[in-house]
Amino acid sequence: MNLSWLMPESVSTFGPALDNLYYVILWITGIVFVVTEVVLVYFIIKYRHKEGRKATYIEGSSKAEWIWTSATAVIVMALAIYSKGIWDTIRHPDMFPENAYELNVTAKQYEWNAAYAGSDGQLGTSDDIVSRNQVHVPVDQPVIVNLQSEDVIHSFFLPQLRVKHDAVPGRVWPIWFEATQTGEFPLACAELCGLGHYRMGGTLIVHSKEDFDIWLSEMQIEAEDDE
Amino acid sequence: MTWMVPSTQTRTKARRVTMSDAGIATIDRTLEPGMGVFNKKLGMWVFLLSEVMFFTSLIGSYIILRYAHPDHFAPPGAILNVNLTAANTFLLICSSVSMVKAFAAIQQGDVKGLQYWLLATIVMGASFVGVQVYEYIGLGQEGFLPGLDDYAAHAGGPLYGATFYAMTGFHGAHVSLGVLALIFVYIRALRGEYTVADHEGVEVIGLYWHFVDLVWIILFTIVYLI
Amino acid sequence: MSSAISMGDSHSEDHHHLGFIRTYIFSTDHKMIAKQFLVTSLLFLAIGGILAAMIRWQLGFPGQPLPFNLGAILPNTMAPGGIILPEFYNSLVTMHATFMVFFALMPLMAGVFGNLLIPLQIGADDMAFPRLNMLSFWITPVAGAVMLASFFVEGGAAGAGWTSYAPLSTSGEWTGVYMGQILWLVSLIILGFSSITGALNYVTTVIAMRAPGMTWFRIPLATWSLFITAWLLLLAIPILTGGLILLLFDQTIGTAFFRPEGSGEPLMWQHIFWFFGHPEVYILILPAMGFVSEVIANRSRKPVFGYHSMVVALVAIAFLGWIVWGHHMFQSGMNPFLGMSFMATTVVIAVPSAIKTFNWLGTLWKGDIHFDTPLLHAVSFVALFVVGGLSGIFLASAPVDIYLHDTYFIVAHLHYVLVGGSLFGIFAGITFWYPKIFGRMMNETLGKIHWTVSFITYNLAFFPMHNLGVQGMMRRIYDPNQYEFLQSLQSTNTFISKSVFVFAGIQIIFAINFLWSMKKGKKSGDNPWDSNGLEWTCPSPPPHGNFAEVPIVYRGPYEYSHPDREQDFWPQDEAPVDDLDGPEYTDPNESTESNDE
Repeated sequence: MNLSWLMPESVSTFGPALDNLYYVILWITGIVFVVTEVVLVYFIIKYRHKEGRKATYIEGSSKAEWIWTSATAVIVMALAIYSKGIWDTIRHPDMFPENAYELNVTAKQYEWNAAYAGSDGQLGTSDDIVSRNQVHVPVDQPVIVNLQSEDVIHSFFLPQLRVKHDAVPGRVWPIWFEATQTGEFPLACAELCGLGHYRMGGTLIVHSKEDFDIWLSEMQIEAEDDE
Repeated sequence: MTWMVPSTQTRTKARRVTMSDAGIATIDRTLEPGMGVFNKKLGMWVFLLSEVMFFTSLIGSYIILRYAHPDHFAPPGAILNVNLTAANTFLLICSSVSMVKAFAAIQQGDVKGLQYWLLATIVMGASFVGVQVYEYIGLGQEGFLPGLDDYAAHAGGPLYGATFYAMTGFHGAHVSLGVLALIFVYIRALRGEYTVADHEGVEVIGLYWHFVDLVWIILFTIVYLI
Repeated sequence: MSSAISMGDSHSEDHHHLGFIRTYIFSTDHKMIAKQFLVTSLLFLAIGGILAAMIRWQLGFPGQPLPFNLGAILPNTMAPGGIILPEFYNSLVTMHATFMVFFALMPLMAGVFGNLLIPLQIGADDMAFPRLNMLSFWITPVAGAVMLASFFVEGGAAGAGWTSYAPLSTSGEWTGVYMGQILWLVSLIILGFSSITGALNYVTTVIAMRAPGMTWFRIPLATWSLFITAWLLLLAIPILTGGLILLLFDQTIGTAFFRPEGSGEPLMWQHIFWFFGHPEVYILILPAMGFVSEVIANRSRKPVFGYHSMVVALVAIAFLGWIVWGHHMFQSGMNPFLGMSFMATTVVIAVPSAIKTFNWLGTLWKGDIHFDTPLLHAVSFVALFVVGGLSGIFLASAPVDIYLHDTYFIVAHLHYVLVGGSLFGIFAGITFWYPKIFGRMMNETLGKIHWTVSFITYNLAFFPMHNLGVQGMMRRIYDPNQYEFLQSLQSTNTFISKSVFVFAGIQIIFAINFLWSMKKGKKSGDNPWDSNGLEWTCPSPPPHGNFAEVPIVYRGPYEYSHPDREQDFWPQDEAPVDDLDGPEYTDPNESTESNDE
């Protein structure tokens, strides 16, 4: 059985920051959890009914109320401010990286189609290169993915890159990430999208920059041969 | 004197108490507790709040869709007959006035006046629904329909018809239910069941009727005029 | 005033002359309606539990035929040869949540306890509108029948999730479910009327029908929480109804409110749904908080620690609940600035939740705690609600939610709140007020067996789901083994499933105890828990009209172990020693100006 609370290895630039935030919350909530449950168990054992005991008449304490109200407020607001920094890095439109490689990913029941600019260097033209259920990206370079859907809502989930965003029909949502390792990583659909939802998986293939260029040009030649 | 509770009936009347937390009670038998209104009226107010939320969901959806897709919505008067509906709106406002008159009449104990004004309200309310049905039939013949597949090439787009029929249709249903309730109240009025002392039913249905009228004024403004 | 008289009339009819049908079926007595809700919603709870067990069978033993030859009774469109089909799995997921949320938990909270406790705790003879109350109950089985019928129509039951995200839910084209989805919508639209009529009644009753002296801050916390819940129902359900109707139009007459092919907005459905849905979450937990406060105070023989702040926290949660819905949509496509404001409002909700938790601990502190079944369930509520609340902080943090959203972490979180929280709260409520409903105590030994096994297997089942989520396992997937990175989780999934089966199985003990005690339980007397509330001053079960005479309230509901008294409780209606004659009577004609409240 896998009962680990550790996040799987992350392979994106913002992954470590997001994981740190997760571990900070894990520590804080873990401590609060242990303290609260220990106090609870201690109280019910210590103050269990005994013959002749009478409970102490205490209606409350506004001092105690103030302490735990403000302590909770301070902790959660601090977490919110901490979260905001990372959220902005990942989602703020002004923080989207320059010189990113851009591609389109279009979801439909039950597959992912990634489209890359062809020889004209433009996305959305007829010479786009398409790969099904495989998303190819270069390593150490920011990638912008324009997420779209042809039918229902799907969710583009790259667990090891800490990326998840819905693909909504009728809209285009850009998201970005930058892989830090080459290799193959799982791609999954995280939003119920019909009976084949469970098998709407794919692979993210992170190439070295040279390999990526080679792969692209091979695909271009293949596409031209088909015509 | 010891406070005693004689019977169920007086008991319910005797609930209102003004009392400090220190526990000194003076029992005021003249009012029920709470907001100082009788239960049915309070219940109707609470129900109307719920209705506000229902229309909020419809009107909110309309605002979101219209804001996102202004091209779907034809300019005022291009498809909808504003003059006809303006007249119909006037009719509904008049019916609210006659509802007030009906309530005022029974407060004076004027049963005949109550019957007369209730009937006027019913006639005007039913006419409003009639005009709306007439409007729907005409629009349908012109191909202005809610569905995407039925959408003919009228001005605007399919969201126009869908939001129009959803909002005005549910309002129309509320008016129709109101007319049925008014008929029920009218029958009771004919039987002389309302008096100066007891005319809660008239007041409660009046609240509902004014609410429906108010909703229409909002709908007329945002659907027909803007 | 005259309404009061006509209401009085309905009670002056003698109970014994009503006959079987008016007494047991079309009853207007709030206690009978509570019992009716209790029986039907426990049945729906069982149905939801069976659906859950089938989901867990598929996840624990994917691709294996259902045990006990269950496959033989299921048609081939659901489980050919006993092997659950993916489309049937989606229906199971959808209907499990639908039955549990709308047909089990909501009626168990508001329907059962709203009806039972509100009039009894405020000292009223019945609800403000008894006939509307009867209607409110009878809508429920009708809606439930429509929902159940959807399993038997072509295409099967709805399979777009209980959230029914558009456009998946707008057309059978995407799911293969046509009629089932329509019945799902119709059923919930019908059910909405039940909630609204019920809530209307609760709100009016609490405002208008309190006994003399029952000031706002003498109302027991159970009634307070039900009152706040009623407001949420009243304002949130119409939003859902509006959305459901628009979705029904998309399904049936081909409008395009949520269909992108007609420029409709799929995300608008999510906004409507969660604008209803988050208040709904509090509808499902606030009443349990109320029951637990009552039980803990009573069984520790102590006043509720910080009664006023408990009330304020309830109200605060209800208010904040309206402005946090966007946290369900962080990854749905939302302006990142909007995301931040939703994150801020969401973390603020942790504050009133923490206040409540610490106040429960404060109530136990220096108490004289009696380990009866209600207390065990109530303390479990606190212990498990802490877990559900803390896991919520992970999800409130928008960046962490990027990873955890739509994984089993969410499933763990919501089940810690709704099963660990709400269901244990309901068990606390049922075991505590059972003697008032039926006049007999539940069997304590069976109760303790049920609690012990439930508490252990519950945690064994749901705690590891957090770990599944952290490992990245998505929710609502038919077969995780489809993904290589999830294959190592199969043993955890099998373990969870086995725990769920024991947890579900042990509920039979509860059912046996529930039914057996009704006839054979120890007679309870009026006030078996030495409690202060008005509901314990009338006979068990209370007669028609509840109180022989209108109770007069002199103090708050939690005056336990007061230092000035020998007895460790102090009923709300016990006259002060220096006032044995009762409060002074003022002639109505003299007190014309005293309507100053």
